[in-house]
Amino acid sequence: MDEIQKKLVSPSKASHEDILGRIISYTCIAAIIILVVSILYFITSRGIATFTNDHVNLWRFLSGTDWNPGSLDAKGNPQVGALPMIVTSFSVTVLAALVATPFAIAVALFMTDIAPKTGARFLQPVIELLVGIPSVVYGFIGLTVIVPAIRQLFGGTGSGILAGTIVLFVMVLPTITSLSVDALKAVPGYFRSASLALGATRFQTIYKVLLRAAMPRLLTAIIFGMARAFGEALAVQMVIGNAALMPHNLITPTSTLTSQLTTNIGNTIMGTLPNNALWSLALILLLMSLVFNLLIRFIGKRGTINS
Amino acid sequence: MTPHQTDRVATQIINLLVAVVVLILLFLLGDIIISGLPHISWHFLTSPSSSFSAGGGIRDQLFNSLYLLVLTLVISFPLALGAAIYLSEYAGNNWFTGLIRTAIEVLSSLPSVVVGLFGYLLFVISFHLGFSILSGAIALTFFNLPLLVRSIEGSLHAVPDSQREAGIALGLSNWRTIRGIILPAALPGILTGIILSAGRVFGEAAALIYTAGQSAPIVDYTNWNPVDSNSFLNPMRPAETLAVHIWKVNTEGVTPDAVSISAGASAVLIIVILIFNFGARAIGNHLYKNMTGGK
Repeated sequence: MDEIQKKLVSPSKASHEDILGRIISYTCIAAIIILVVSILYFITSRGIATFTNDHVNLWRFLSGTDWNPGSLDAKGNPQVGALPMIVTSFSVTVLAALVATPFAIAVALFMTDIAPKTGARFLQPVIELLVGIPSVVYGFIGLTVIVPAIRQLFGGTGSGILAGTIVLFVMVLPTITSLSVDALKAVPGYFRSASLALGATRFQTIYKVLLRAAMPRLLTAIIFGMARAFGEALAVQMVIGNAALMPHNLITPTSTLTSQLTTNIGNTIMGTLPNNALWSLALILLLMSLVFNLLIRFIGKRGTINS
Repeated sequence: MTPHQTDRVATQIINLLVAVVVLILLFLLGDIIISGLPHISWHFLTSPSSSFSAGGGIRDQLFNSLYLLVLTLVISFPLALGAAIYLSEYAGNNWFTGLIRTAIEVLSSLPSVVVGLFGYLLFVISFHLGFSILSGAIALTFFNLPLLVRSIEGSLHAVPDSQREAGIALGLSNWRTIRGIILPAALPGILTGIILSAGRVFGEAAALIYTAGQSAPIVDYTNWNPVDSNSFLNPMRPAETLAVHIWKVNTEGVTPDAVSISAGASAVLIIVILIFNFGARAIGNHLYKNMTGGK
């Protein structure tokens, strides 16, 4: 009797297995959460050291235009003005997104509405291949093809915002395209049918119905592309010129947040001001990627199509 | 213009833009392959690199890239699989799951240079691992995890619920159902996801510059003892990968034949990634057909 009772009330082999499974998968998820929290913590704690330990004024850091963290200016303040990098980073990001968006949306429309079969057959692999090309290869092509071309056309060294924009345009194109395809595919078919039934031409349907219905998700696609452009390091670093100077036009050498980081973090000593200032640049990058994330969530929430 | 004329013009413009994109890709591939292939030779692939004289090869960099890829997958796959199983099979629809998904999204949107710097801070400096393959592999794991979790979760979701119900109806535990029924059914998708992420890992450089380092010490390819500092299997040695090598010879400019080396190395990189891409499709399709007995 006791034995039967024991067998019935004690957990079975199956439930033991289930507990094991839960433990395994919960551990993995916990590891990821710890990882994200520690990334945020470590970068932040390093990044604010410029302001807490070295007492650099936050506003001077964001608005100063002289970047030379090793030396002091006339008033004895360290020269850590990050504005040139911030301006360059934002200009290449916005310009690349502006150039890439028409192309991306045209390709997406071609794949969803104009020639879906050819699109799936030829353009899908084209987009996947563009995603697959590593960023250093983009940078190398930029360095050997685009920079010399700009030098020929406009003079100067050839490196600068224009070269960075062209390289980033090709790099963000597949990101924006594939997300735009998803956005356009999510517009229900009866939107198209209704518009065509009213006698609208295909372009009228695209322009007046599809693009508007898909607008929030198209915007998220563009922001994803901008986030990628903002964080891209090596390809930009190879063509931007790497001079921490305020950009005066599109073809003078300048420096983005990421290029400044990759070039200099190995040449500075941990814990010193020049090093801390670089970590503050990394913190700006981190915060911007969080901002992009928030924007995407905010737009995404408003953009769900209710059917 | 009548609406029909506008329609025709607009369609032509769209076609034109599409053509430009296709031409860009053709140009890129053509440029890489045409300028790179002449530099690829047996000698190029099998001789060590040289910093100050022309004629260096990429043997060590190529091996380092592959070794790093394997180590990264060994670390990231089990973690990603566990996390994806949690998200697809166990997670309830509540704030906690939302938080986890946000965390993964944040991780995937972090610039890879930030991930690399975090690896540098934590592993290279705090844990005293130094510039090493292990630090590099861990940094790449961070970079790879969100993508892998998402693709595995997607393939698990694609398995119909009737399969789960069938498993439970047979009296199997949840875990047995997942292990014995769902994972095999999701295998083609999971494998495709792994191979595609392998392509990205193979070409990544920004996360590696300050974790796996920028030097490729001469190693002994006959020494199979992984704890020996001279061995090619030793995970604690610094290891410059192919992608980092391309970046370095171009930015430091002390190697006389930097352009031809990077052209050759880029072509090798692209060819390996093309193989990954097409391989992923072929293997996925093949497994799918085998398992479903389909056409």
